Amino acid sequence: MFFRTAWTVFCKDVTIEIRSRETLATTMFFALSVVVVFAFALVRDGRLVADAAAGILWIAIAFSGTLALGRTFERERYTDTLRALLLAPADRPAIYVGKLLGILAVIFVAECLLVPLVALLFDTALLARPLHLAALLVSGTVGFAAVGTLFAAMLVRAQSRDVLLPVLLYPMTIPVIIAGVRGTAALMQPPPDEPMAIFWLTLLTSFDAVFLTLALWTFEPLMTD
Amino acid sequence: MLGRAFPILVTVAIACFGAAPFLIGAAPYESTMGLVQKIFYFHAPSGMTMFVGACVAGCASAAYLFTGKTSADRIAAAAVELTVLFGAIVLMTGPLWGRKAWGVWWQWDARLTSSLLLWMMFVACLLVRKYGGPGSAKLAAAVALFGMANVPFVYISVNVWRTVHPKTTVVPSLGAGMRGPFWFCVAAFLLLFLVLLAVRVRLAEQQSELETLYLELADRPATS
Amino acid sequence: MTIDFDRVGLSSVSRHYGRRRALHDVSLTCKAGEVIALVGPNGAGKSTLLAIVSTLLTPTAGQVHYGTHTAASGRAALRRRLGWLGHDLQLYSELTARENLRFFATLMDVADSEARVNDALRAARLESRADDLVSSFSRGMRQRLALERALIHGPRLVLLDEPFTGLDGASADVLRERLRALASQGCLVLFATHEFGLADDVLDRAAIMRDGRIAALAGARDWRAAYRDAIGRGL
Repeated sequence: MFFRTAWTVFCKDVTIEIRSRETLATTMFFALSVVVVFAFALVRDGRLVADAAAGILWIAIAFSGTLALGRTFERERYTDTLRALLLAPADRPAIYVGKLLGILAVIFVAECLLVPLVALLFDTALLARPLHLAALLVSGTVGFAAVGTLFAAMLVRAQSRDVLLPVLLYPMTIPVIIAGVRGTAALMQPPPDEPMAIFWLTLLTSFDAVFLTLALWTFEPLMTD
Repeated sequence: MLGRAFPILVTVAIACFGAAPFLIGAAPYESTMGLVQKIFYFHAPSGMTMFVGACVAGCASAAYLFTGKTSADRIAAAAVELTVLFGAIVLMTGPLWGRKAWGVWWQWDARLTSSLLLWMMFVACLLVRKYGGPGSAKLAAAVALFGMANVPFVYISVNVWRTVHPKTTVVPSLGAGMRGPFWFCVAAFLLLFLVLLAVRVRLAEQQSELETLYLELADRPATS
Repeated sequence: MTIDFDRVGLSSVSRHYGRRRALHDVSLTCKAGEVIALVGPNGAGKSTLLAIVSTLLTPTAGQVHYGTHTAASGRAALRRRLGWLGHDLQLYSELTARENLRFFATLMDVADSEARVNDALRAARLESRADDLVSSFSRGMRQRLALERALIHGPRLVLLDEPFTGLDGASADVLRERLRALASQGCLVLFATHEFGLADDVLDRAAIMRDGRIAALAGARDWRAAYRDAIGRGL
């Protein structure tokens, strides 16, 4: 029943998203804005400061991911449906998994736009090792979203939730950003530095394992008042 | 929290900090940096104490989340504040030392950067407690627990990030004659941490008693 | 594990937020087949009490017993027997009526969900609008749908927070009939309202609340007088 509940919550979120397209459209456009803003900050004489493309990519993912998280849970708060979800007879962590899958879907779609965009705009060898890059993006996004979904859910009933989500999320996910940026930069080297990328990938997957476990473990006590 | 041992511990802590400058003054000069290096005797123990504080906060937070005991929450809240305090000491003494020793305020040294990140996570914890509204104690506990779990990841990622651009290490290996004062200061700081933790927990207990009294006052039937 | 119960008992339930007392020493027993109204002005603690009975909030003192179980012992199996309708209706505006019911039926682990969804649409008189988005519904239609959402898994205990808000006379009549029908089927209905004019004709007992306490307990015949005495005194 755990997986059925998680899947049901996920399908519901996807249906709502396809119908309204609100979170997806705003997230993708915001990601584009972030890339352009950073381009103006970091491009000199038409060329990007070295390695900055990797940084811009991951910053855009982090910022737009935070936006998507805020929107998804604001919707549940506004209609008070989070309370109805918590009254389901399923294990509470199933709700967490369902919401996490929904957020991951939104961010992955945004990444499908971002990666070719960054590669194109800054003329970088971002796609030199597509499989390694995909692995980095998946594991980094999972780590970011795992922590973000828990924090966004627990802040639903708090005051100042709009400002507290970034305040809590960014320091906590800096290891993900470091690993993502350095791993991507390693793949962009003239001969791609695969061992380095694999090291960062390993760090990311360990982060995912630890924090997914912690989130599943603490979701129930955090949701009851 | 510590009962009868408390006055003794306070006296010992004061004595330690009174004796420390003499011990530090008597310690040998470090070869390259001279007098400036002596800030290290407060800088490094603060860092260790900050780390201890983070662990205490994380464990007490986990206890609070899963047992609901308010005593665990009080210890966690006190430990988070002390982590931020000792972290602030590290982050102030580090650049002071760096500026005098190498002419640069901040050079993204691995250890100092890791301390900054840890400090930021626990400041975020304090912000949640202050601005999160009712029920924010549990949210702060989650942040502290996640912060403690993040320590190895922060340490590894920042270290490897920095070795790509190697710079001089901040903490040289300890020469003979420096070890004595160093470990003395470590003991003094840990003692200070314990004393401050006890004081802060006692304050929280008294605040809680005050609130109970307020509630009892409000509960008394209104005189018509 | 399946559990069931025929009575709900609150013993000395209290809840405070720091210095602010939301509930003080509330004791109440409700039996199956009863409709009990929590009436009182805003801030009396009605919503807090309902939240505690729904297991979403834990009391700072006291216990709630569902038959022989508590929230801690019953856990997921207990939630199966609870139905909640809050003030904000808990419906997804971007889904159709049928999709909302289907989602909650799956969530509440209802067997034979398609048949139950059709029954619910019939009971809400929304069969012709089943495939329209909820965002196009009026308040009355949403209320009917939300009530069926709360009842789709056949709960034993039905909790409603301000169910009469925004309803016109006819819709309020329909709601009252539904609640009485639920009680006659053996459900335990507990609802909170500050519009006590609308609570008439449906309640068996009224718990009159003020400042976090139950000021008086009265039956269907004399609750209005008791309300005037308990609440009017403070004015």
